[in-house]
Order: sequence, then structure tokens, then C-alpha cells
Amino acid sequence: MSVAIRVDNISKAYQLGVFNTGSFSSDIARWWALKRGKEDPFLQIGQENDRTSIGGSNIVWSLKDLSFDIEQGDSVGIIGRNGAGKSTLLKILSQVTHPTEGQLKLKGKVASLLEVGTGFHPELTGRENVFLNGAILGMRKQEIKQKFDEIVAFAGVERYIDTPVKRYSSGMYVRLAFAVAAHLESDILIVDEVLAVGDADFQKKCIGKMNQLGDSTGRTILFVSHNMSSIKALCKKSIFLEKGKVHSIGETGDIIGGYLSAYSPTKTGDGYLAQGASLQGTGEIRYTRFLTCKNNEGCVEFFFGEKPSLIIEVEVFKAVSDPAIGIHVVSVYGDTITMITPDKNYKPIPLEKGKYQFKVLLDEVLMPGEYSFNLTISKYNTGSDIDFIESAGTIRILRDSVDQQLDYPWATVHGYYKPRSNWETIRI
Amino acid sequence: MSEQTWDLIVDANDKGGRASFKKIWQYRDLLWLLVRRDFVAFYKQTILGPLWFFLKPVFSAVVYLFVFGKLAGLSTDGIPPALFYISGITAWSYFSETVGKTADVLRGNAAIFGKVYFPRLIMPLSIVFSNLLKLGIQLILIVVILTYYLITTDLVSLTPAILLLPVIVLVIAVQALGVGLFVAAISTKYRDISMLIGYVLQLGLFVAPVVYPLSSINGKFRLLVSVNPMSFPLELFRYSLFGTGTFSSQGILYMIVSTLIILLIGLYAFNKGEKTFVDTV
Repeated sequence: MSVAIRVDNISKAYQLGVFNTGSFSSDIARWWALKRGKEDPFLQIGQENDRTSIGGSNIVWSLKDLSFDIEQGDSVGIIGRNGAGKSTLLKILSQVTHPTEGQLKLKGKVASLLEVGTGFHPELTGRENVFLNGAILGMRKQEIKQKFDEIVAFAGVERYIDTPVKRYSSGMYVRLAFAVAAHLESDILIVDEVLAVGDADFQKKCIGKMNQLGDSTGRTILFVSHNMSSIKALCKKSIFLEKGKVHSIGETGDIIGGYLSAYSPTKTGDGYLAQGASLQGTGEIRYTRFLTCKNNEGCVEFFFGEKPSLIIEVEVFKAVSDPAIGIHVVSVYGDTITMITPDKNYKPIPLEKGKYQFKVLLDEVLMPGEYSFNLTISKYNTGSDIDFIESAGTIRILRDSVDQQLDYPWATVHGYYKPRSNWETIRI
Repeated sequence: MSEQTWDLIVDANDKGGRASFKKIWQYRDLLWLLVRRDFVAFYKQTILGPLWFFLKPVFSAVVYLFVFGKLAGLSTDGIPPALFYISGITAWSYFSETVGKTADVLRGNAAIFGKVYFPRLIMPLSIVFSNLLKLGIQLILIVVILTYYLITTDLVSLTPAILLLPVIVLVIAVQALGVGLFVAAISTKYRDISMLIGYVLQLGLFVAPVVYPLSSINGKFRLLVSVNPMSFPLELFRYSLFGTGTFSSQGILYMIVSTLIILLIGLYAFNKGEKTFVDTV
């Protein structure tokens, strides 16, 4: 296997704040320093990208000394929180911007899809835009001509192909734009979250098309998404970026697991959350403890069919008349699969100043797999957030059952939970 | 692992430009499609359609004819005033529109440039060519008027110099491209210059032989106008069409040298600026 992409110590600095006369004088100072063979004085005082603290410099390193190799034919997902440097990395890989330091080496033709429909002109017809957009993405006219019918059929806009795209519905517009991109021929394809657009059916079609391209032609795909399900569906390997550096790189399943658990707040064995674990929301009420239990003892692994219970504690600093508590159950792919509330009608329970403990029994059977919990509390009437803790705890549901009689028998896990159901079997 | 070959290496320390003739040539279809887009989008949803290409210079020529010809009584070098003004306007507006649009090319297309890479020079080149197409259409109008005067009067005469016309147009195009590229590169960071260029183009009309011939001025002012690199191309533009104009061999040499310098400075600034302009624009 040969390497298709080599990222070698790449860094990218951004200047914060506004450009004005100050930037002109610092430009001159920088130019003078570089002329004398000195290092850029403004890059030395830069710091890593931590948006929660205000640094002493207005230079921020969006990427810092990033290195990795991607082998030809691999499809690789890039995950990380907002601000981890994902988009900057894609911009550098697709040559939209230049790195501040380091080297990038690529083997083969690169096509990047940071957006669909780049360069679409509203006055031009669908046909004209297909050619223009294709050419912007790097296709030759002949190539577009050959694929034209296929592109139009994929988008399903045959009837409107000679109508200006300003008269298209937004769905048609996106489908046509994506259809052009999906028919790009390249050795390396770089994709940002373009799949977030379009309806569910079309998304499936796109993932199918990209999968097909990846398998049949040995194409290397780099894919950024917040949707862990599509990363999982598309990518065998993943890179987890944190603060402009590679946190981990490996099989997608492992990396996604690591990503989700990396953001659990630190806590003691009793489930007490570290003070200041959350600083989000208005803060009249703070979560102080979250523990998943079996028989009143902390536990993170459960047999299939067992019902985990939760101990949740909050401290109320100022009485709130309408706090709405919601516990989100999140799958390993980042989808919130359901929300647990104290009252089945979502009605708020007034809380006075002081400390409260809630004991919650999950009365439905969860399917085998990993789940994490997000804790939310907001004002029922205005909807404003009081507190929010992402991934407060994680549990694992095993395939085995307690008595080995009701083990989960199938190779694939279907869905997330098993609602209670009554079956009657009648011979007719 | 054995050393492997790469198709593309991006090095942060590489100070040179990254666009090559080969790359631009690979994207020639895009260049053509962009020219087409500009041309078609210009008159979509208008009743008069491409006729607008004629109407603009005609309106301006009528106004100039009245203000500069009748009210101010400026000389037209013996060329029929209608021809004199319309030719000046056509050549000058080719220059000023190309500079104006090229100057805005990085900022105006930031949305595209921020999402996909193709040799950035394609965009300014597409402006040069689509304006060239416009110029070609406007030349038809000039030829029609010229033919009328050739038949009815002996004020103008057709000379072999008309063969020089493509060269003169090329000189104007290259100058416009060079100035535009330079302004485009600087204005991504300092917008002041894009404010400035609007005025410079408006006022430049008066320090170039557009509404008056070079022969009609003397002394210091003539020197000043001659320093403007656009002056000799304008005089030569008329000379090639009507056989009347003021120029010298030093003037032609100055024109060629200044054009090349303008182009090189423009290309240098643009190539340096285009790599990271999406971060600052």
C-alpha cells in the first residue's frame, strides 16, 4: 500500500481581532524581521486554540504540528469538537489556503467538496450550471458531456434542466449540485459535511454512491462530519483531532468510542462531578452528581435485559419555579435516541434553594451497545438553558443476559431499545 | 518504506507562486465557461439583450460630444467627433472596467475561492476575455460608423496600421490585468486601495487622451499625460483605426516596457497574496 496523503508537521496560525492600522505597522515590523533573517516575531507568541480562555496574543494556532499518513484507498473520517481544526485541515488539504508551517504531500488527483454547488449562477440553466460547476471542480468539458445524462438522472431533474436554477426548489438545487460532485473522478476525495443537506432518502443515495466509489476504484476519501452514523457508515478509519493536534488515529469504532468518552466530565467513583464541570447555561441550578447503578451500586456494564438505574443530584442556588429536566440517551454514533423526563407530560417540578437527589429507573430494555447520557435542565416557559452536561456517563449493555437464557442472538444489533409489546398469535 | 513520488507538494516555506501555465491550460474549459457565464448573465432577463453592449458607449459618446465637443470646444485631431469620442470611450472603458472588476476578483469571489481550489488566475483572465468579447462587439459599431465616414467624407482614411489593432488591444488588456491584479492582492487586507481605485479610474479619464488628443496639449501637462502608460495605447488605438495620432519611437518603447513592468508587479503581488487571502478577506 502506498501513501496517498502525507501531512508533515503542519501548523496554521490565524490572527484574531480586526485588521486596521495596527495590522499595517505590525506587517512592516514582520517584514523587517524576516528581511534580517529573523523568525516571525508575531508567530512566536501564539498559543493553542482554547476559546474559553483569553490569551495574551491575538495569534491562535488552529493546527499545531499535525502529522499523519493516509494510505491509498482508505476512507478516513475526521472527528473532533468545533474548533478542533477540522475545517482548517480540510482547507489546507484542498489547497484553499496555505499552511503557516510544514509540508503536505499528495499522490493523485484531488477533488474537494467543502460545499456543493460552488459557483452555481442563479440566472443560468441547470444544464449550464452543471458544466460550470463541473469545471470549477476540475472536470474537463468532455468528461462532463459524457456523464451529463447520468448526472441529471441521479438528481432527478430531467424536466427542469433547461430552466434557470433560480426557479428550482431548494431540494432540486441541492440534488443537482450534489449529483455533479458525486460524479467527480479523482484519486482523493475530500468531503466536508455536505451530506447535512437534502432529505433522508437522498442522503442515503449519496452515501451509497460514495461507498461505491470508494470500493470499486481504490479512491481515498477524507470525510468530516458531526454525524457519527455517517462516519461509521463511510469510514473504516478515523482521526480524532483535539485543539489542532491528533488525539488518536485508528479504527473508526475505537476512535468514536474514545471521542465520546474523552468528553465525559471528570468525576469521582461515586459519580460526583468536579466543580466547574459545567459552566454552560444561566446556572441557577447545577448538576453535581451522576451515577449509573445496579442494585444501588455504581456500575457501567449491564446484561441484556437488565434495567439500569440512575442517581442524579443537583444543587439549586436560586429557586426556579419551572425547571424542566431532561436526560438524553445518546448512541455511540452521537444520535440522541430518546429523552427521559421526571413527568411523562414534561411538566416542570418547582425547586427551592438547596440540594436534591433524583433516583431514576430506566424501565425499557436497551439493546446491546454503548450509550452515554447528556444532562439538561432548562426553563419550561422560556426555554433558556440553566445547565447542560455533555456525556455525563457511559454505560455498556452486553449481549449476554443474566441467566444466559435471553441472550441477544443476532449478529447485528437492530436499533437501540426494545419497547414492551404484547403479541397475540392467532391461527387464521 | 521506499521513497515515493508525489504529484503535489505544498510547502509552507515555498515563497513562489503555485500557478503554472500548465495548470491554467488544464483549466481552459473553465475559463471559457466563465467567459460565457459573464456574457450570458449580462443580458439575461433584459428586453434589448446584447444590444446593451452598443447602447452604453453610444449614450456616453452623445454626452461627451455635447460637453467636450460643443460646450468646451476641444479639438478632435481632425477625426469626426462621433468617431473620436466613441473610440476613446470604447478603449478606455475596456481598460477601466477590466481594472475595476479584476481589482475586486478576490474579494468578490471569496465564497468560491474559500471552498474550492483552481488556479486563481483563471478568474481575472476570464474578466479580461469577457470584456474583450464586449470590446469586439463594440468595435463592430465603430467599424459601421467608420465605413459611413469613409464613404461620405475624406476626413478619415484606412491605413495598413489597422493590422496593429490586435497588438494595441493586447497592450491595453495586459496593462489592465496587471493593475487589477495588484489592487486585488492588496485590497484583500487593506480595503483603502479599493476605495482609491474607483477615484483613480474616474479621474484617470482626464490624464489620458480620451476626450482630447495628445496633439492638443503642450508643455508640462503634455509630459504628465505622456507618463500615463495608457496614453500611447489610446493614441495608437485611434491611429490604427483612423490613421491619425501622436506617438514617437521612445513613446512606443516606454509603452512596451511599462506594460511589462505593470504585468510583472501585478502577477507577483497576486501570486503572493492568493495563497492565504481567504484567511484575511
